[in-house]
Amino acid sequence: MEITLTVNGAAKTVDVADNALLVDVLRESLGLTGTHVGCDTSQCGACVVHMNGDAVKSCTVLAGQANGADVTTIEGIGNPDDLHPMQEAFRDNHALQCGFCTPGMIMSAIDLVQKGGGALDEAAVRDGLEGNLCRCTGYHNIVKAVLAAQSST
Amino acid sequence: MYQFNYHRPSTLDEARSLMAGAEDGVYLSGGMTLIPTLKQRLASPSDVIDLGAIPGLTGVTVNDGTVSVGGMTRHSEVAASEAIPALADLASRIGDAHVRNRGTIGGSIANSDPAADYPAAVVALGATVHTTNRSIAGSDYFTGLFETALHDGEIVTSVDFCVPDAAAYEKFPNPASRYAVVGVMVARCGDCICVGVTGAGACAFRATALEEALAADFSPGAVDGVGIDHSEYNSDIHASAEFRGHLVGVLTKRAVATIA
Amino acid sequence: MASETGIGASVKRKEDARFITGAGNYTDDINAAGQTYMVFVRSPYARAKINGIDTADAAATDGVVAVFTGADLAADEIGDLPCGWMVKSKDGSDMVAPPHPPIATHAVNYVGEPYAVVIGETLEAARNGAEAVDADFEELPAVVDLSTAASADQIHESVPNNQAYDWELGDKAATDAAFDSAHHVATVDIVNNRLIPNAIEPRAALGEYDAAAGTYTLHTTSQNPHLERLVLAAFVNVAPEARLRVISPDVGGGFGSKIFVYAEETAVIWAAGKVRRPVKWRAERSESFLADCHGRDHVTTAQLALGEDGRFLGLRVKTKANMGAYLSTFASSVPTYLYGTLMAGQYTTPAIYVEVQSLYTNTAPVDAYRGAGRPEATYVVERCVETAAREMGIDPAEIRRRNFIQPGDFPYDTPVALTYDTGDYEASLDKALEHIDYGGFGARRAASESAGKKRGIGFSCYIEACGLAPSQVAISLGAGVGLFEVGEVRVDVTGSVTVVTGSHSHGQSHETTFAQIISDKLGVPFENVTVLHGDTGRSDYALGTYGSRSLAVGGSAIIKATDKIIAKGKKIAAHMLEAEEDQMEFADGTFTVADSNQSITFGEVAFSAYVPQNFPLEDLEPGLSEKAFYDPPNFTYPAGAHICEVEVDPDTGVVDIVDFVAVDDFGHVVNPMIVEGQVHGGLAQGIGQALLEHGVYDDAGQLVSGSYMDYTMPRADDLPSFTVDTTVTPCTHNPLGVKGCGEAGAIGSTAAVMNAVTDALGVASVSMPATPETVWRAASACGEAPKAPKEGE
Ligand SMILES: Cc1cc2nc3c(=O)[nH]c(=O)nc-3n(C[C@H](O)[C@H](O)[C@H](O)COP(=O)(O)OP(=O)(O)OC[C@H]3O[C@@H](n4cnc5c(N)ncnc54)[C@H](O)[C@@H]3O)c2cc1C
Ligand code: FES
Ligand code: FES
Repeated sequence: MEITLTVNGAAKTVDVADNALLVDVLRESLGLTGTHVGCDTSQCGACVVHMNGDAVKSCTVLAGQANGADVTTIEGIGNPDDLHPMQEAFRDNHALQCGFCTPGMIMSAIDLVQKGGGALDEAAVRDGLEGNLCRCTGYHNIVKAVLAAQSST
Repeated sequence: MYQFNYHRPSTLDEARSLMAGAEDGVYLSGGMTLIPTLKQRLASPSDVIDLGAIPGLTGVTVNDGTVSVGGMTRHSEVAASEAIPALADLASRIGDAHVRNRGTIGGSIANSDPAADYPAAVVALGATVHTTNRSIAGSDYFTGLFETALHDGEIVTSVDFCVPDAAAYEKFPNPASRYAVVGVMVARCGDCICVGVTGAGACAFRATALEEALAADFSPGAVDGVGIDHSEYNSDIHASAEFRGHLVGVLTKRAVATIA
Repeated sequence: MASETGIGASVKRKEDARFITGAGNYTDDINAAGQTYMVFVRSPYARAKINGIDTADAAATDGVVAVFTGADLAADEIGDLPCGWMVKSKDGSDMVAPPHPPIATHAVNYVGEPYAVVIGETLEAARNGAEAVDADFEELPAVVDLSTAASADQIHESVPNNQAYDWELGDKAATDAAFDSAHHVATVDIVNNRLIPNAIEPRAALGEYDAAAGTYTLHTTSQNPHLERLVLAAFVNVAPEARLRVISPDVGGGFGSKIFVYAEETAVIWAAGKVRRPVKWRAERSESFLADCHGRDHVTTAQLALGEDGRFLGLRVKTKANMGAYLSTFASSVPTYLYGTLMAGQYTTPAIYVEVQSLYTNTAPVDAYRGAGRPEATYVVERCVETAAREMGIDPAEIRRRNFIQPGDFPYDTPVALTYDTGDYEASLDKALEHIDYGGFGARRAASESAGKKRGIGFSCYIEACGLAPSQVAISLGAGVGLFEVGEVRVDVTGSVTVVTGSHSHGQSHETTFAQIISDKLGVPFENVTVLHGDTGRSDYALGTYGSRSLAVGGSAIIKATDKIIAKGKKIAAHMLEAEEDQMEFADGTFTVADSNQSITFGEVAFSAYVPQNFPLEDLEPGLSEKAFYDPPNFTYPAGAHICEVEVDPDTGVVDIVDFVAVDDFGHVVNPMIVEGQVHGGLAQGIGQALLEHGVYDDAGQLVSGSYMDYTMPRADDLPSFTVDTTVTPCTHNPLGVKGCGEAGAIGSTAAVMNAVTDALGVASVSMPATPETVWRAASACGEAPKAPKEGE
């Protein structure tokens, strides 16, 4: 089937199998490999993107469900010369090591801060990142980064 | 995933006729349960019928002491609603933010996972489950492990909850999955006390012994005198039936303490 | 501090630019034209005989390219997966390792063991094919319980009593004598729970075969591509070393689990040659749970003998270690040379005797996982020490102080074969006590009690031997490979520098720290240094990354190569400045003639080396590129003090870590920001072991904790923010004075948490992980065990 969606601001039409997932569309059809896959039970959050303004697990959205949606991936929020404040905060606070969880973590964190109305404390950030696993950082610096990004935006 | 035909009907009738015509169809709402199941090839439906494009199935509305939640309403929307704070609190503790952004109340109660949160509210808040065919009393809705009163092809269109005088939800999350090891919703409506328990048994139920004790004395201490029979409770690597029984008591007390 | 980007500076990481923008290049991001997809058909049984495998339906499935079984690999003379470390039993006999074909042929011995592979045009086709493979299994009773494994059914025909070896270390007679004269003996019975590593990037491989050249290229998630190549070439016979290139691109965490040579990469690269098309595989997480090597899994009884004054007289340790169904790449060394040798801890215990019986069970193979052996050793020693303190009524900080090896005692020979070069254990403990406000603990405990909670504090003064390893020592102890490292420093024509290291970074930040070292030593701007790693086509044979060795061993190789660059640069500069070589000095990127104002920059020297007009070609080769191999003379010995404070809810058994302090001595620190990050990550894993993580098999050998639904990964809301600090006694035997920091967090923290939990509850022991139900049950036995007095209580 054919679906049309907006990805990082550009309209895309892709031909996909009925059982394709959004993450397959992104990684395979569109070559956006910044969105990762870390599990098969919808728990790790490595695949998080924004769909119509909400952070979602792209491994748990069928391509058909994303038809007509506005999708933003890690590739769409900034680039090395013009980083999103959350990307910058992650770098400045050493909130990543192997980098594998990072795209999903950043996309979750952006949504969290956007919806947090500037009122997030450490506990709220830890709670808000419940759906993203990181095995490297112990979360310490991720939490720092998210709080730093909140105060810089 | 096995192959299937994906459909995105725009009316309930269309959805039902697609289902009727499918060899082995399944509805899809938030997909937070169904899609992982499909990915692991634990189900092989011929057709997946996405309810996501059908208008009129979302939102939380308040009417005369009743809160009506559309079947396709996301957990995040219920979490942000104000009519029944305990219900909003329950919704805010389902899964994680991403799950709440996709998962729906209809999907949750249709699935009837023994560890799901909403069922505690359905049994404790005098709910009525409205479907494309009929209305089902919350107390009759859950029938067993992943079993409900729904018939084939029936779609949950909304769930009505009575607004209680006071209510509180206490959850002991599974440390790994974060579903409920035990969840207890205590609601008080006049003299009537409801204690809805999820996680402990095959499906959600009302703990009548606790309700009677609390009706006589609505205080945490009243719970101590109630022997909780855990012989039929679930048991797994995270919690034995005995521990679940203990938790039912602890969480009930905490909920009562919040309200009282 | 030399500069903002030199050694000692918290320089922001070079690698981040790609990772935060989604431009990382992980194995699964790489695709080859015409690639096929491999799916492994895995055993549903823990133990079964294979009477036959029918692949006809699978081969006939739409889109299936090929189906192979173990017999096909055997027909191609593909060898077994070897274990690279020979351990001998007490009686001098060699360890017994069962045959380990990559794809099972006659029997399967753990759930998830592959017995066939299916290659499809698409992943879906391969999965359909995999479901159509029909094996005739004869199920046999599984051996799951480690404590009874030695007397259970024999799993492998060639392995009597399911025993790999029965090993010992230390002086038994001296230890017995110490116990005879003891005033007090503290005994602990502990189970070190099985862990499942769970790097967030699942393992993956892409194999390609170039028929014209006869060469193979394997992209895979390996911590040590050279080792992978060596094993695949020399033992498994996939292809000669020279015709096999192994590339580990960006790798999403390893923690040990990506050191080993597994069935999957082996099958992928072999099959690429068979089907003459690229073959790709990426583990599903549920496969990772079944088929990645697990960690820990010991059952131990240990006894500490003490004098009346609380001095340690002797330590006796008897351990059963679970090897799983087969002996993985380094499995044999983990519960022996990485475990028994650490039993002195930070203490002067004069007599130690360790016995380790390693046994096979019908579970996934167990091998090194972050810390590998040393967390298990620390857990034994520190639980013993804590127990002794409580039983003898001595403050837990004080009992440690009384027994520390003192700064004046180094180099210190332990009774378990190591020579510690340097350390100041009391300095770390003091700093940690200050951070946690030990004096205020009594008041905090009282406040918790009045809120219906139980508060406890736990210590762990750990030591580790890392920087693996002095090759000759390791080889004499059974290692099958040397353990040096290689570093190459290529100065470009314009004076920028490319460093090629044999170490591999999968989170450790080599691209940054190694560039800092070069920038510091050569005075080249940090941005002009590029670090390459992870490719057998680029670096010389080297051993990769594990055992906290990258900086101590890999970094030292780079220093050695840099020294050669400077030496040659001096020769060139002397020629250019018409001075004597021995008059040349080099600092901050400038060669200067001593006591003169004549100087020339590093860039000018580099240029002259490649455009050798004014250059002593008669004495010197052109070019400025040097390579060095570094073999460490000793292990390094990071050590530290971890203190954990917990609050327990006795009604639910929930343990809340309210404070965690880690003060570590890693010697000199190149990048404090990165070192802190390594500690944080290790702490999370160590705390995870103590409170959350548990690889559980049921009696039939099914993995019950086989997904994130049941295996509790530490999440952000399970952990506190940590207080991390350092003390410094520089390593005495490597040029940077560094010790390694990758594993410390995981080594020290587990014991600190468990000591805190048992302290809170006032019980002698709580089994790991201390899950809510476990703690709730222990809480009902509250106050039964003696408590140690504490400062300020
Ligand atoms: C990581 C993770 C954590 C989670 N944690 C929790 C938790 O803590 N607590 C909790 O309660 N749940 C949890 N869930 C489950 C989540 O709440 C799901 O959203 C919910 O159970 C199913 O809702 P859904 O809308 O996603 O349904 P779907 O997955 O789309 O469907 C589920 C089932 O219901 C049927 N169905 C769907 N909608 C309807 C309808 N309107 N009428 C009739 N049948 C319908 C479908 O055919 C399917 O069989 C978690 C899920 C994930 C992935
Ligand atoms: S890949 Fe793990 S949640 Fe999507
Ligand atoms: S940085 Fe490696 S998993 Fe988070």
